[in-house]
Amino acid sequence: MRRNGYQGHALIEALHSVQEAFGYLEPEGLRFVAQSLRVPLSQVYGAATFYHFFTMKPPGKHTCVVCTGTACYINGAPALLAGMEAKYGIKPGETTPDGEISLLTARCVGSCSIAPVAVLEKDVVGKLSAADMVARVGKWVGQ
Amino acid sequence: MTSEELQEIATTEKEKQAQHPHHICVCTAAGCLSAGSGDVKKALEKEVLEAGMKDECHVKGVGCMGLCSAGPLITVDNTMYRDVKPEDSTDIVRSLEDGKPVKRLRCDTSAPFFTRQSKIVLENSGFIDPERIEDYIAAGGYSALLSVVTEKRPGEVLEQVIKSGLRGRGGAGYPTGLKWSTVAKAQNSGQKYVICNADEGDPGAFMDRAVLESDPHRVLEGMAIAAYAVGANRGYIYVRAEYPLAVKHLRTAIRQAERLELLGNDVAGTHFTFKVEARLGAGAFVCGEETALINSVEGKRGTPRPRPPYPAQEGLWGHPTLINNVETFANIAPILRNGGEWFSKIGTAKSKGTKVFALAGRINNTGLIEVPMGIPLREIIYDIGGGIPDGRGFKAVQTGGPSGGCIPSDHLDLPVDYESLAKVGSIMGSGGMIVTDEGSCMVDVAKFFIEFCMSESCGKCVPCRVGTTHLYHLLERICAGDSEERDLATLEELCDVVRNTSLCGLGQSAPNPIMSTLHYFRDEYQAHVIEKRCPAGVCHFADQEVKA
Repeated sequence: MRRNGYQGHALIEALHSVQEAFGYLEPEGLRFVAQSLRVPLSQVYGAATFYHFFTMKPPGKHTCVVCTGTACYINGAPALLAGMEAKYGIKPGETTPDGEISLLTARCVGSCSIAPVAVLEKDVVGKLSAADMVARVGKWVGQ
Repeated sequence: MTSEELQEIATTEKEKQAQHPHHICVCTAAGCLSAGSGDVKKALEKEVLEAGMKDECHVKGVGCMGLCSAGPLITVDNTMYRDVKPEDSTDIVRSLEDGKPVKRLRCDTSAPFFTRQSKIVLENSGFIDPERIEDYIAAGGYSALLSVVTEKRPGEVLEQVIKSGLRGRGGAGYPTGLKWSTVAKAQNSGQKYVICNADEGDPGAFMDRAVLESDPHRVLEGMAIAAYAVGANRGYIYVRAEYPLAVKHLRTAIRQAERLELLGNDVAGTHFTFKVEARLGAGAFVCGEETALINSVEGKRGTPRPRPPYPAQEGLWGHPTLINNVETFANIAPILRNGGEWFSKIGTAKSKGTKVFALAGRINNTGLIEVPMGIPLREIIYDIGGGIPDGRGFKAVQTGGPSGGCIPSDHLDLPVDYESLAKVGSIMGSGGMIVTDEGSCMVDVAKFFIEFCMSESCGKCVPCRVGTTHLYHLLERICAGDSEERDLATLEELCDVVRNTSLCGLGQSAPNPIMSTLHYFRDEYQAHVIEKRCPAGVCHFADQEVKA
C-alpha cells in the first residue's frame, strides 16, 4: 500500500488507496495516513476535502453515479436525476435512509459519445432514459 | 536496447502477425466497452475456437476507432462492422470461411466521417493492442527515441520541434518549441522535470483519454524525447482518477518500457536516464492549470500559484519543469521520425498539424476525430459529424469547455485554428466540441458552465470565488424569470471584473460562455428578462401560470 516509499508527496495516492479499501475516508484513516507519511493532519484533511473524488461520508451498498458533463446535460442528465429523486427521494450526494442506494454525480466520465451516461456500480451505461435507469437501480433492491 | 534489437522485436512481431491470415480487431476503449464490446470479444474468441480456426484467426482488443456512437465497432481484416452484438459472432466467423462480409453489420468506411480525417496522433489507434509494447514497436514505435538519444544532440531535437511549429494542444496554443527551449536554458539547479498533463477536466472532452487508452506508449516516447531535449531525468503523468482504464494501460506501458530499457537508467546504453511515474488526480478541474497541477503532484491542495515565476523556471519542488498536454507529447515521435518540416506543411500558417476533437451533443456521429488545422467548422459538423439528428436546426457549437465560448451558425465557415476561434470569442481548448440544437436554451447552457466554474473554483483568489457565485445567482434569477433589465448590465460588468482580475486561467476564462452567449444570443436573454419566457422551453418560470 505504501509503495511510494512513505514520501510526503504521495499523499493523494495514499488517500486513493484508503478510499478504495474502505469506501470512504474516516478520521481514523486520515490520522493514520498523516502519521505514516509524516505530513501534518491539517494538510491531509485539506487535501481530502479539496478534491471531489474523496468522500468522508460512508456510501450506500449500491452506488449510482450520474454524469453531469456538458454532453450528458444537453442530452438529458437532469431528467435522470429527477427520475431518481421522484422514485427514491434522494438528491445527488445523498443515500437512501436504509443505506441501500447512493446517488452521486460526476463531472464527466469521458463517454460523451453515448450521452447521457451513468455509472451503475462499476458499469458505465450509456444512452439511458430515466425510466430505464430507475428500473435497473430497482433490481438491486429487489423491486 | 539498440536499434538492431528494436528492429528485431519489430520483425518477430510482424512475422507472428503474418502467421494468422485473418485478424479481428475489437475496440475495447471506454466508449465501445460500455456498449458491450467486452462480451463481443469473448463471444468471438469462443466462436473462433469452436470453428477450429485458432491458428488462422487472431482476435485482439484495440483502441478507439472513432465512431463511438456506432459501437461496439470491430474490424475483420479490412471490413469494419458496427453495432455488433455477441450473437453476431457466428455469422462473422462464418464470413471468414466463405469470404463474404456480413452485409447487415457493415460500417461504410468510405463515408466522409472516415475519409475527411487525417491521422497523426491517432495513427495507431484502432490498430494496435495498447497492452502490448511489441505491437507498438512493430508499428515503428520507439525508433524515434532510439535515434534521438544515440545520434542527435539535444539542440538538434529542439531545432526540429521549433521548425515543426507545433503549439500546445492543451488549449492556449503556446509554441512548444519555445517552451522546451526555455526549460533547456534554465540552469538554477541540476534537477529538471517533465510533466504530462492528462487531467482532462473539461466536461465533454475525451481525446486524452482515448490516446492514453489506445496508444499509451506514444505519450511515453514523446515524454522521453522531451526529457532528453531539455535535460530532465524524471517525469510524471498526472491522470484523472475517473479514467481507470487509461490508468491501467498507462501503468502497464511504463512497466513494459522499463523492462525493455526504453525508460529508466541508461536508455539504449547511453547516459540518458528517464524515470516516469503515473500520478492520480482526484477530481479537481482546476488541476488542469499547470501551477495547480504541480501543487497536486507535490501532494498539496490543487491551488494555482501566481506566475511568474513560470514552471519553466521554478516548477515542481522549485526546479525547472516542462509541462505539456497528452496530445502535444503524442505528436513528438512522428515529428522526429519525419522531420519538423513535414509537420509544418500540414495545417495553416500559424496553426500547424492536426487536432483531435471530441464530437458530442446533438450530432449524428458522435466520437473522436482528427482533422488538419484550418478545416471549416461546417465540414466538421455536417460532413464528418453527419449533421443534427431528428431534422432539427443547428444552433451553436460550444468549444473549449467551461473556458470556451459558443459559436453560432453565422460563423460556421470559420476555419478551425487558434486565432480564428479566439477572434469570435471562443478558444481552441483541449478539443471538446459540443453541438446544441434548437431545443437548447443558451442562457441555461451558460448557467450550466458557470455553475461548473463556481463549484470548481479553488477559492484562492476573491474575484473567482465570489464572482462566479454572483454570476451564477444572476443567471439563476434570469432563468427563473425573476430579473430586471439592468441585471444584464450588471452581468456584463461582473464578467469583465472576473476576467481581468482572477489569478489563474480558470477564473480568467470562466465568464467566456456568458460573454459569448450574451453577444450572439442576446435576444434569448432579453426574452427571459423582459418577456419572461424561454424561447427553447427549457426554463420554467414560477409565475408562468399567473401571467398566462
